[in-house]
Amino acid sequence: MKDAVDAKLIVNGVEAGVEIAPGRRLSQALREDLGLRGTKVGCDAGDCGACTVLIDGSPVCACLTPAAQAVGRDVRTVESFENGVLDNLQQSFLRHGAAQCGICTPGMLVAASALLTRKPVPTRTEVEDALGGVLCRCTGYAKIVTAVMEAGLAPEPVEAPMAGQAVGAAIERLDGVPKVAGREQFGADMIREGMLAVRAIRSPHESTGFTLGDIAAWAAERGVEVFTAADIPGENRFSVIPAFRDQPALAVSHARMRGEAIALVAGEPEVIEALNLVDFPVTWVPEVSLGDPDQAEVGDAPRMHEDREGNILIRGLVQRGDAEAALRSATHVAEFAMETGYVEHAYIEPEAGIAWMEDDVLVIRACTQAPVMDRDDTALVLGLPPERVRIIPAAAGGGFGSKLDLSLQPLIGLVTLKTGRPARMIYTRRESMSSTTKRHPARMRARAGIDAKGRIAGFEFDGQFNTGAYASWGPTVAVRVPVHASGPYFMGDYRARSRAVHTNGPVSGAFRGFGVPQAAILQETLFDDLAIKARIDRLQFRKLNALKDGEPTVCGQELSGVGIADCLESLTPHWDEALARAAVINAQKGRVRRGVGVASCWYGCGNTALPNPSTIRAGLRSDGTLWLHQGATDIGQGANTVIAQIFADALGVPVGRIGLIGGDTALTPDCGKTSASRQTFITGKAAQLAGAALRAQLLAMTNMGEGATLSLDEGRVCVTDGTRDTAIELANLQVQPDGYVISAEESYDPPTGALDENGQGAPYAVYGYGAQIAELDVDIELGTVKVVRMVAAHDLGRVINPMLAEGQIEGGIAQGLGLALMEEYIPGRTENLHDYLIPTFGDMPEIQSILIERPDPEGPFGAKGLGEHVLIPTAPAILNAIRHACGARLKRVPALPHRVLAAIREAGEIGG
Amino acid sequence: MGAYLQPDTLDEALGILAREPVTIAAGCTDLFAATESQSLNGTVLDVTRIEGLRRIAKDATGWRIGAASTWSDVIAADLPPAFDMLKQAAREVGSVQIQNAGTVAGNICNASPAADGVPPLLSLDAHVEIGAKGGPREVPLAEFLTAPRATVLMPGEMVTAIRIPDVSDKGESRFSKLGARKYLVISIVMVAARLHVQDGFVRDIALSVGACGPVATRLAALEEALRGTPLAGLPDRLQPDLIASALTPITDMRASDEYRREAAVHLLRRVLDDLTLMRSPV
Ligand SMILES: Cc1cc2nc3c(=O)[nH]c(=O)nc-3n(C[C@H](O)[C@H](O)[C@H](O)COP(=O)(O)OP(=O)(O)OC[C@H]3O[C@@H](n4cnc5c(N)ncnc54)[C@H](O)[C@@H]3O)c2cc1C
Ligand code: FES
Ligand code: FES
Repeated sequence: MKDAVDAKLIVNGVEAGVEIAPGRRLSQALREDLGLRGTKVGCDAGDCGACTVLIDGSPVCACLTPAAQAVGRDVRTVESFENGVLDNLQQSFLRHGAAQCGICTPGMLVAASALLTRKPVPTRTEVEDALGGVLCRCTGYAKIVTAVMEAGLAPEPVEAPMAGQAVGAAIERLDGVPKVAGREQFGADMIREGMLAVRAIRSPHESTGFTLGDIAAWAAERGVEVFTAADIPGENRFSVIPAFRDQPALAVSHARMRGEAIALVAGEPEVIEALNLVDFPVTWVPEVSLGDPDQAEVGDAPRMHEDREGNILIRGLVQRGDAEAALRSATHVAEFAMETGYVEHAYIEPEAGIAWMEDDVLVIRACTQAPVMDRDDTALVLGLPPERVRIIPAAAGGGFGSKLDLSLQPLIGLVTLKTGRPARMIYTRRESMSSTTKRHPARMRARAGIDAKGRIAGFEFDGQFNTGAYASWGPTVAVRVPVHASGPYFMGDYRARSRAVHTNGPVSGAFRGFGVPQAAILQETLFDDLAIKARIDRLQFRKLNALKDGEPTVCGQELSGVGIADCLESLTPHWDEALARAAVINAQKGRVRRGVGVASCWYGCGNTALPNPSTIRAGLRSDGTLWLHQGATDIGQGANTVIAQIFADALGVPVGRIGLIGGDTALTPDCGKTSASRQTFITGKAAQLAGAALRAQLLAMTNMGEGATLSLDEGRVCVTDGTRDTAIELANLQVQPDGYVISAEESYDPPTGALDENGQGAPYAVYGYGAQIAELDVDIELGTVKVVRMVAAHDLGRVINPMLAEGQIEGGIAQGLGLALMEEYIPGRTENLHDYLIPTFGDMPEIQSILIERPDPEGPFGAKGLGEHVLIPTAPAILNAIRHACGARLKRVPALPHRVLAAIREAGEIGG
Repeated sequence: MGAYLQPDTLDEALGILAREPVTIAAGCTDLFAATESQSLNGTVLDVTRIEGLRRIAKDATGWRIGAASTWSDVIAADLPPAFDMLKQAAREVGSVQIQNAGTVAGNICNASPAADGVPPLLSLDAHVEIGAKGGPREVPLAEFLTAPRATVLMPGEMVTAIRIPDVSDKGESRFSKLGARKYLVISIVMVAARLHVQDGFVRDIALSVGACGPVATRLAALEEALRGTPLAGLPDRLQPDLIASALTPITDMRASDEYRREAAVHLLRRVLDDLTLMRSPV
């Protein structure tokens, strides 16, 4: 018998040099003891599969395997794939765009390799079964399935796009190789000599006072250090919107939500890992909690924040014409109320990062979507000037809005500042889910009318958004919703109100769409009510009311490049076919009914009625290399690639010649935050301007006209106009302090205007549009729903990279499907990935993307944003299809089987 | 951190069990999922390297599934059609990763009301073979499980195998699981049915429902009512009241109690439809 001895592992054919505690998770042993950080950890509970490794050829979750069970067996990790070159599977992932953020990629590759060994050209079902245990939150799985199915097939040769042809080309991600190689460094993947590990003590109650006991004695006994609010040198209050700063980095004497941090424990990593925090000296004094916004809004409810009467954070209003009067004279009127719950971002990477000092600058390398905001807020909390904080965004393992807010930055920053030592923190899955932001739960009511011709005549919307304990992006949601609640339709008489209400629930923040997806769930299902009442085909109804160029929006803004009609038109043949299929199936009157639904979206790109500039810098070095300082954080959506494509064409060189620098607040100018679908449009435009400026300099230096062709050679730029060839010898030029011989920097801030008291004005310079059809089956005995097919038409203005655009659509649909059918975050009960369900491989429909190009006069090369749009129509299209299938009109999402069944009953007899 | 013991023989393991309190560890898919700690705490007795414990075989009295056998072992084993429901359940436990590590014995010892292994094993009349220094004992699975997360195992004991008596490996079987997504999902309701038909009549029938009460349950009254009846029209003779009266489901975030009760009836009818169709001459 082997007992209690530490044993050595053989990993990727090599015997490990260190002994490992036998009862330790293999994932932890690989990552921390052996330094093999290609294996990722997303949950420590078997739920995400990111930690998948092979033991004797069989995939297992390393997080569930005691190291002792791997001893003497053949352990293979993602590191075994790469012998200098990518293998076929990895290349296939790259070629098909199967890695977006890349955090799930190692687990996918390892699970797929076990299948491909058995079955070199597997079927779709085989791929799904073999990879079903690995979750991906970005891709919607479609491209992963294809990448695995085609890994064994020889790729069709593709030529790299020539100069001027990058825009529109489906090129591979420029930052993709490390992702498919398993070499990408996410927040948890960097270590530094002498680092401390940090854990947080968090409130177990929704609302609680607390007093700390003898922390010094507790810490001394354990050889650790404890930090509390009393140690914070700066202002212990932050928020993404400065005017609403209300959230402490560490609570002072009262916590307003579960999961709120009240103290930090820092020490040697092995001590911290083994530490039991249950005996931490704190006494909780739980208080009455405001769990429900209805309860928080009533007059005598205790105020959560001194200055916020009625616990109302903010109200929003957009009105135009006279909605009430219009509704009174409408031919048909429909009214409905709906409710949505908290939704969790559920990126596979829990928050993680490391801080260290470089001279007197505090450097923080952590997951983020907003490096400059992180810098400024962290500096404020820690009492430092912003230039003494440097943020280096780690590769982000998904964000979707939540990583816009500060999480661990001020915490590890504080420890490093106080101790002078590097400090690393990795959130547990529970910590990530309980302490970070969510999608706002909404309670909404709307009334809409149409005239005899089916044109919208009057629309009223009122929405209450539960914004949780702190402000975060609550103000943005409250402002965005009334602007968008009309959908992309023309309506002259409109009134939409919103309010964000504080409760002791989780902080509601930004999540793909800032409240617009919730509003669309009501507005688009209400439009079906109207179409059904008026006996108009539901797609036809939308075409009839679609906004057109020159028609004022509900804010009175006249737009050009409005693509919604094109989107709806392109869906028409698919709609007809789907309806025909449904009719055949439903004629059998079986227990499975087919339903078809459609819904639209529009979404303004960038901040609402506020400035939000981006700046791009680029330069040539004397050796002829070209560098793009690209500060737009790529959280998987593809900014690194798309911005470079735009820049390449503006300058007129092949995209392959560009080297990327950043993001890093010390190296890249501010590109703002990765949110509001603004990067392709705004940073893209800055890149286009910077490329054009650099080009203009080169042409001026050579006295060439606009049509000349540039090419970069070693040490020189060659310029030709077909009749004359000339070159700039870069070595002869003066090297500037920034290291460049020629450089350009350009900013772009979209032209928007403030909204007046009725919400009238020009809140966004550019909007994107889309519409989706959902085709699904409802089991009318069990209430289960299986989405069979989605057709998604999105107007991107100009498609910069079709492969990345499709990836956004597929991923957005996956999240929309989750919102519609399974996702509901219940504080204290679903703080893990087995009670909080997100779609798996087996839950995704076939997806067909239709990319529409109706150029926007403002966007770079005509481009519009896409990132958030894609999620908005999915849930309402699914709800409309459920009703079409079986009559069930859901009042709340997710449409869990028991809710669908109850709604079927309520609707009465199912038609044929 | 306590000792981590990995005995090679059952005798050694039983000796350790008699000596000190330990955490028994098999695939650790439940053990590690239940803690945020990076190591298993306390003294651990790892049963996965005990000789002969990872074997699925038939002997003179019936089938024996060794306690270290994984779900993947069940899927790969050559078993009669009466076990099809167990194989179907195995394919739906979590994911391939979980099936490769998790054991059938761990599933029943963990005693979750939603354990997918339990309904098929109940429908196979499984017994649990328990080893201890003082000698083995055997308990019917229905008695082994006493409440959520509770079994009759005493300190010093471990499960050594799951046994299926000879008489119960007859007939065809089906498992059906209802969950809110495809992979990695905890059952809302699941059912397992075994049907032994002779000369067009139900010779024996075993019906079990899980996730509809503190422990999964056989539907004894309904089985009694169906035994000896003709195969034709069998699904139509399911009596919802005999099912409902055997179940005590709860309402939780996954579903309401009422829904579970109804869904159990539908799932049972469907598996019986399936089994009847298969047996009927085409
Ligand atoms: C992501 C995930 C998905 C899952 N999905 C499902 C699912 O779909 N359906 C389902 O039913 N289960 C599911 N499970 C639960 C789990 O995988 C199963 O219950 C599994 O069969 C447990 O076996 P194990 O060997 O891993 O048990 P372990 O974790 O090793 O042990 C479980 C318990 O049994 C005890 N034990 C183990 N062996 C013995 C023995 N021989 N004698 C006495 N006590 C013993 C242990 O002390 C422990 O208390 C899932 C788990 C995870 C992590
Ligand atoms: S980390 Fe192992 S499954 Fe999530
Ligand atoms: S690419 Fe799969 S989780 Fe991001």
